[in-house]
Amino acid sequence: MTSRAIAWTDSLLPPLTFFTMASALYLVFVYVPTDEAQGIVQRIFYFHVPIAMMTYCSVATVALFSILYLWRGDRVYDRVAHAGGELAVFFCSLVLITGPIWARPIWGTWWTWDARLTATLILWLIYAAYLMLRSVSPGVEGARYAAVLGIVGAFDVPIINRAVYWWRTIHPAVLVNREGGTGLTDPRMQLALAVSFVGFFLLFLLLLRLRTDSLRLTDSVEDLRQQALTA
Amino acid sequence: MKNLDFLFAAYTAIWVLLFFYISTLSRRNRSLEKELEELREILEQRRQRPNT
Amino acid sequence: MSGLLALIRKDLRVELRTKETLASLLLLGILTLLVLSFAFEPGSESRGEAAPGALWVAVTFSAVLGMNRSFASERDNDCLQGLLLCPVDRGTIYLAKAAANFLFMMAAQAVILPVFVFFFDQTISSSWLGVMACLALGVLGLSAVGTLFAAIAVRTRAREVMLPLLMLPLVVPLFIGGIRTTARLLAGRPLADVAQWLNLMLAFDLVFLVVGWLVFAYAVEE
Repeated sequence: MTSRAIAWTDSLLPPLTFFTMASALYLVFVYVPTDEAQGIVQRIFYFHVPIAMMTYCSVATVALFSILYLWRGDRVYDRVAHAGGELAVFFCSLVLITGPIWARPIWGTWWTWDARLTATLILWLIYAAYLMLRSVSPGVEGARYAAVLGIVGAFDVPIINRAVYWWRTIHPAVLVNREGGTGLTDPRMQLALAVSFVGFFLLFLLLLRLRTDSLRLTDSVEDLRQQALTA
Repeated sequence: MKNLDFLFAAYTAIWVLLFFYISTLSRRNRSLEKELEELREILEQRRQRPNT
Repeated sequence: MSGLLALIRKDLRVELRTKETLASLLLLGILTLLVLSFAFEPGSESRGEAAPGALWVAVTFSAVLGMNRSFASERDNDCLQGLLLCPVDRGTIYLAKAAANFLFMMAAQAVILPVFVFFFDQTISSSWLGVMACLALGVLGLSAVGTLFAAIAVRTRAREVMLPLLMLPLVVPLFIGGIRTTARLLAGRPLADVAQWLNLMLAFDLVFLVVGWLVFAYAVEE
């Protein structure tokens, strides 16, 4: 990580994120036409989908930096992985909250056992376990164990998605794929989704930076405390 | 319009969670930096006046 | 290869003496079947429909709760250090442990399966061969994931709760695949109908045996 890249995140990233998110809000609430089939509630889609993508982005971050940490041993990698794990739970929680809020007026129930939402729930449980593992095993050992889980979890995600998807579609008795509207044809809708996606990606980078910093500071404070006690 | 209520609920949830997460992080970072400064000063004083 | 067999033989010999792991797996499986029998009224239709689910809940829970024991003895007597001093690759230690756990769980199934047949009033037919093959695939996957995470869980603070917490979401594909396959086979469907689930479970097993073999060293390093 070159220091120039880090300086960029400090100065440019926050205003850029703010501006993009503000644009996204405008597009979603003012610019975009109302969906004919689902009405106003469909606008949840424009944030719900990018947030789901950021969940997967976080999972990939955890996996990548866990591998780097086990391979190279540099604490920085471990901190980024840890921050990524927290963000995975954060974004996943948002998906699990906005999903049912969207489903309720459209399908009539809060939880539909829809393939995607169910798989997201399992993902949440895996990364909540990741955070719990971190809290019950501190230090370098804990970092290693968490890295193992981070790698295993990421490999499991495609298998889980496949299994849950087959589970739902082979018995189509209950519910249908809720995202009947992913075939977005209206270019205005596509624009809103694209801008929202960029906004959330920038937000992801910003949060990752903030959280990694806080972990680094915690480590430094610990180190100095140790020095102060023994000096 | 009931659908509007749901839309509002979803976006409010996103905003509230985001706001709390970011403000908690910022606050914690600031207090950590302050503590870091204090510890650095203590160590600096110890070095200039050893064995106090 | 000889190191691998020697380690497996060691685990089997230790187990034969104490029978701790075997007893845990067995009793937990039977208890789960009992509890589920209370959940579904005898004679009701839902009981028949729930039967495959009950079997797999019993198998999964006995595995997830019983595999805690597989590293407990290593930790208690510092045997893990002795094991690590052996001139054996860490990955080999993992495969040996996973193989041993697989054998223990299959041995437990030898009792759990008949108990299931009795409690849930099943008729035996040729489709049970398919069910047993499916069970073997499931148990193999449970062993692959469980061995890796038992080594980790046993060294954390909250060790009793850590293993189920870590394992249950991870083994969902095995769970879903196992139930679907068992349900279809018991309903008389041919093997071809369940091929895709069996492939999924096999893929799961292979992926996690390889991943476990690669990262086990990091789970047990001092």
